[in-house]
Amino acid sequence: MYNFEFVKPASIAEATAALESDGAQALSGGQTLLPTMKQRLAAPDVLVSLTGIAEMQGVCLGDVGLHIGAATPHAVVAREAAAHYPALAKLAGGIGDPAVRNRGTIGGSVANNDPAACYPSAVLASGATVVTNRRRIAADDYFQGLFTTALEEGEFITQVLFPIPQKAAYVKFNQPASRFALAAVFVAKFADGVRVAVTGASNGGVFRWAEAEAALSANFSADALAGLSVDADDMISDLHGTAAYRANLVKVLTGRAVSAA
Amino acid sequence: MTKISMTVNGKSVSAEAEGRTLLSGFLREGLGLTGTHVGCDTSQCGACVVHVNGKPVKSCTVFAHDVAGANVTTIEGMANADGSLGVVQQAFQDHHGLQCGFCTPGMVMSSAALLAENPKPTETEVREYLEGNICRCTGYHNIVKAVLAASGQSVAAE
Amino acid sequence: MPKDDGIGASTKRREDIRFLTGKGRYTADINLRDQAIAVFVRSEVAHGRINSIDTAAAAAMPGVLAIMTGADFASVGGNPAGWYVASRDGATMKEPKRPVLAHGKVRHVGDAYAVVVAETLEQAKDAAAAIEADITELPAIVNMADAVANADNRVHDEIENNVCFDWGWIEDNRAAVDAAFASAPHVTTLELVNNRLVPNAMEPRASIGDYDPGTQDYKLYTTSQNPHLTRLLIAAFVLGIPENKLTVIAPDVGGGFGSKIYHYGEEAAVLAASKALNRPVKWVAERSESFLSDAHGRDHVTKIQLALEKDGTFLALRTETMANVGAYLSNFATVTPTFLHGTLMAGPYKTPLVYVNVKAVFTNTAPVDAYRGAGRPEATFSIERVVDMAADELEIDKVEIRRKNLIGADQFPYTTPVGLVYDIGNYQATLDKLIELGDLAGFEKRASESKARGKLRGLGLSTWIEACGIAPSALVGALGARVGLFDAATVRVNATGSISVMTGAHSHGQGHETVFAQVVAERLGIPATSIDIVHGDTSKIPFGMGSYGSRSLAVAGSAMVKAVDKIIAKGKKIAAHMLEASENDIVFEDGKFSVTGTDKAKTFGEIAFSAYVPHNYPLETLEPGLEESAFYDPANFTYPAGAYACEVEVDAETGQVTVASFTCADDFGNVMNPMIVEGQVHGGVGQGIGQALLENTSYDENGQLLTASYMDYAMPRTTDVPFYTVDHSCVTACTHNPLGVKGCGEAGAIGSPPAVVNAVVDALQRGGYTHVKHIDMPVSPSRVWSAING
Repeated sequence: MYNFEFVKPASIAEATAALESDGAQALSGGQTLLPTMKQRLAAPDVLVSLTGIAEMQGVCLGDVGLHIGAATPHAVVAREAAAHYPALAKLAGGIGDPAVRNRGTIGGSVANNDPAACYPSAVLASGATVVTNRRRIAADDYFQGLFTTALEEGEFITQVLFPIPQKAAYVKFNQPASRFALAAVFVAKFADGVRVAVTGASNGGVFRWAEAEAALSANFSADALAGLSVDADDMISDLHGTAAYRANLVKVLTGRAVSAA
Repeated sequence: MTKISMTVNGKSVSAEAEGRTLLSGFLREGLGLTGTHVGCDTSQCGACVVHVNGKPVKSCTVFAHDVAGANVTTIEGMANADGSLGVVQQAFQDHHGLQCGFCTPGMVMSSAALLAENPKPTETEVREYLEGNICRCTGYHNIVKAVLAASGQSVAAE
Repeated sequence: MPKDDGIGASTKRREDIRFLTGKGRYTADINLRDQAIAVFVRSEVAHGRINSIDTAAAAAMPGVLAIMTGADFASVGGNPAGWYVASRDGATMKEPKRPVLAHGKVRHVGDAYAVVVAETLEQAKDAAAAIEADITELPAIVNMADAVANADNRVHDEIENNVCFDWGWIEDNRAAVDAAFASAPHVTTLELVNNRLVPNAMEPRASIGDYDPGTQDYKLYTTSQNPHLTRLLIAAFVLGIPENKLTVIAPDVGGGFGSKIYHYGEEAAVLAASKALNRPVKWVAERSESFLSDAHGRDHVTKIQLALEKDGTFLALRTETMANVGAYLSNFATVTPTFLHGTLMAGPYKTPLVYVNVKAVFTNTAPVDAYRGAGRPEATFSIERVVDMAADELEIDKVEIRRKNLIGADQFPYTTPVGLVYDIGNYQATLDKLIELGDLAGFEKRASESKARGKLRGLGLSTWIEACGIAPSALVGALGARVGLFDAATVRVNATGSISVMTGAHSHGQGHETVFAQVVAERLGIPATSIDIVHGDTSKIPFGMGSYGSRSLAVAGSAMVKAVDKIIAKGKKIAAHMLEASENDIVFEDGKFSVTGTDKAKTFGEIAFSAYVPHNYPLETLEPGLEESAFYDPANFTYPAGAYACEVEVDAETGQVTVASFTCADDFGNVMNPMIVEGQVHGGVGQGIGQALLENTSYDENGQLLTASYMDYAMPRTTDVPFYTVDHSCVTACTHNPLGVKGCGEAGAIGSPPAVVNAVVDALQRGGYTHVKHIDMPVSPSRVWSAING
């Protein structure tokens, strides 16, 4: 790993200032960034840890719904969101393993936008708002493809605001080695319709399955999916699963999520 | 190089470390606590699990500077005050929950963390909690048994 | 009942105390004063010609002490293959030199061509990144069929068609086997892949070279399963260091599973670097290096055919296998797919005619060698899959087809058509035990319960045998082995009666420190706590061939027993002198030497003390001291065998397979410590389930390893396996070693993969997917779903 200067600001304002310097990079829980740095694939001059900022920690109810500080570890979300948004809590409680969940954060996951990560599906299916040190970004505008987001240079997530659906469920099918999602589906039923977000499966990263949303908005039942299929052309094909297999999984898991919601 | 201070196994320690120094390296090379093992470079195997402020973390995926001031417990801090094996350690010996011993420190630290959170876990809960600790020797049978036994549950039937 | 610490007791392991408290001492934990750190520079291409390596910029970087490349080792020897295997046409085996560092060409991704030694790890890494190698990339040879078909594209320029050997076993039987097939009422044919595995001992390899300029002694600390063999290879073949000037220490070793049997170039490089710098030089592999450079396992492509009567009686069996040996011959690479595989092709069955053909093929991949089971899992998988398939074709029950063909308990010693003599066994007994223990009668009920939950349940069997306790030197010598495979022990009784046992076996998880002490305690009638087992240091141990092939207790343990018996014999001489009796009248029992028919006796401790305080010894007939060494060469292999059953549940919508239960009924001969034996079986079965369902080593067409970390190489985890039911109550004691033991270390990994795959195919067949005849391992969800929908 290349060396760097480590700084740990105590406030969003300090972190914003620190990230303005050349070669500065934000570090949250580090569960993805550290392995990358070990491979010397990232070489920041200054690493700005966001884990010491009190105002970026915690889970609370607010005007949008459930407000989660970006530096809140998955384990805390799993525990503290359970009463308010059980599907989200379950998702957080299924990321990685317990040790990873004690370090990895929602902000880090959403900022990285790994195509196999869990959180992006919840953010997108919930129609959440991503709050940064500069602005608020709607989920539909935020995710822009593999490892690509609306975040700009020096911008970092401070909070994610989740509207709470009437019903929701997240069903994940593990990639057998990494235990990331080989495919996973988050289904959220709101008063004004159903949102379905899929992670792990697509070459384009997390996406909404519009046909399923329409069908489920009309009839929130696994049966409503019967005639639908996902286009395998857009799916990832790798040694863990063909595109056709992933397309099948998306449909199966969506049905299971609807049944579980 | 800047100085990092923290509490490790109840003792205040401090040592110089670079920004890139991992907690695992700080413990192993900085403090000579080689009980914490490094078995992979992708944060998967769990041999390096230690407790930071009571919570299990993979010490190979945490910068030492990021946990400055924290209370860290390693495998070297798990025995009883008189040097005898702690409850989880003793259960691992009693139920043959280790063979080569390399994954064992992380396995014990994760198991102890589980029992602190959930004093009477089911078999499924034990297996799910230890999913991030890879053992190549035991097939996990006796590890799961040891953890159940350490929680005071009967494992005679297994 | 056994004593708490004698033979047959589940004595708790003494080594656990240090492992559980963080006091284990693995190679990476050792830091020598003034040590420097080595980093290896590894090829990023699978196949390439090295035009030049520019180290000037790297050498000038901060902290850099030395850089060595393949050129620095061009004049030293190569790391040899330990076994000569001739082709069936008599052609000699092709043995390319395996250099310390790649020279001239790089032949697989991860092939090390330079080493940088610096003050710190990060300095060494910085410099390694600054080395400029001009390498012309050549087309990668990855697929074995392509390798054999393409005469021009060669891993080693001098080896045509990339074939190491084309072996027939037994060639003289080939015509008879073919004739039996030509007239057989039924022939079942199966083409299968035995998937390539990465052993993945949890401790990555590490080595420290420590040269002492004052004495010209070299010391090597290394992650080895057999330090003496490593010393022998370095001394005799690679660096030419006199054996008496080289000590190899394998301290606590975090698992091996075969991958740490072999001598690797990194070991020679750190020794040479230490000599050049007059400083200790340490190297610790990162996991990503382990994936690229540890010897891999398995990797066979096989066509197997079984000829049968319509009633299921086996008439003949033949196989054609291509075995990948990778880019270089690792030390056991040639024996693993041949004499550890072809000679097992009779399995536990009476098949009268068997012929095996194996082509070993070089490719631009990491070397492939023995991995837990080594050849025997490949044999067992092929046999047990084709037996199941034949049963399906002939509509015969899968228990009955096995029972009908198993060698009878009254047929031992049994000479197989592939050159082995099974000394003893009772395969019906383990099969019957399995049926009872696994409640096979209750399967249908469990299957309907699974069905109610939307899952397909399947039952898979495997009746297996292995040859282990490696190995009778005379036999293996005749078959091409270049080493003896005996073992050695020294028993040193100290003046106060405590004992140090130096064994040539090496414990890296097996619990020898506990079990060997139990054996000696039982034999000498003294507490195990006064016995220490010393292993893993060539300066302390007379000799040894290490631990692999389930050989430790059967071979090194026998040497130890032999040495203990010499101690007893010497003790009798001493007792005779002390008690003024005839040596022939001394009996040794319960730790006491007594004069038969009298109450005159001396305790073991009194004898020991006397041996070191020989004030009135008749020196011309009685030497002082009480220390004996023994070398033991087995008369035959040992033949553990057993019957396994696996039940799986398949989710047909996702292809997910869940192992619902796994039951093992084994015959290991006499069991010294049941707790440890059961632990060995658990671990072997866990690895077998890993091979069957999860683990795959995948290279792309350019020879890039796609499964190069735990992100893509699926290791079995807690949630992938059930509690296992294991039993070793069926005992037929080995007839030719003093403890009557057979070995248990590899059994689980040998017997389990076919049971799992048989269960998956059974589940699909029962679920109506009758078109699914076979699925290659790993039987991943994607593969199962594709098979269902294929």
